[in-house]
Amino acid sequence: MNNAETFQLTTPTDLEIVMTRVFDAPRNLVFEAWTTPKYLPQWMLGPEGWTMPVCEIDLRTGGTWRFAWRSSDGKEMGMSGVYKEVAPPERIVSTESWGGYGPETINTLVLTEKDGKTTITNTKLFPTKESRDMALKSGMKEGVDASFKRLEEFLSTLA
Amino acid sequence: MTFAALADPTRRAILAQLALGEASVTELAEPFSMSQPAISKHLKVLEKAGLISRGQDAQRRPRRIEAAPLAEATEWLENYRRLWEGNFQRLDALLDTMKAAQARHKKHTPKKR
Repeated sequence: MNNAETFQLTTPTDLEIVMTRVFDAPRNLVFEAWTTPKYLPQWMLGPEGWTMPVCEIDLRTGGTWRFAWRSSDGKEMGMSGVYKEVAPPERIVSTESWGGYGPETINTLVLTEKDGKTTITNTKLFPTKESRDMALKSGMKEGVDASFKRLEEFLSTLA
Repeated sequence: MTFAALADPTRRAILAQLALGEASVTELAEPFSMSQPAISKHLKVLEKAGLISRGQDAQRRPRRIEAAPLAEATEWLENYRRLWEGNFQRLDALLDTMKAAQARHKKHTPKKR
């Protein structure tokens, strides 16, 4: 049920941030949980105290998506993008931008299933090495005490 | 550069070894059963990223960890990892609920599969 030890966060090239994680469920369920407004706001929340009041998904090539989060003390943040490739239940390519913060990235989510377990690989491709490093580093400088808003912004760039 | 340096598992293992104390190239090559040139290549990447430096001893030229930049880089990655692992554990729980609902559904409509 808990596959925390399978979680890997790496930077295999200068332009990418890659997450992989195993889930103890068949691929169609993981895909559904990842792409349905009914399910996404139940888990993609980031730090304690945040909710996801906006989750709009038009899951088809050329369709758009928009997510927004709100913290218990009233902070808000959002991001949106366009689906470039939709191949249920194995692959989604989409753009992602979060308003004025940082450049647009291209996100690729790949799901593979083996023995009833699903491995997801989520790759975020930045236009330049500088923007990738900036996304990684500016969060660091804030340290552990970074505000939730700030963390959430970086969370969203990497989501 | 820091993150590229940390992306490689061998380099992370070298850093873990150096966290126990400074070591020369020869001393590092042994536990990793790698050639000295191969180790030196990894050390060069780590040094360029500012994650390690060379000690005083001119003969052994021991490498040692530069704590501050390493802590900064790993701390952020750890923060970020913690956030996503929180998301993923909620997703684990949700998937369990979805699986149970699907099993119940199958049980009640056996023909449909």
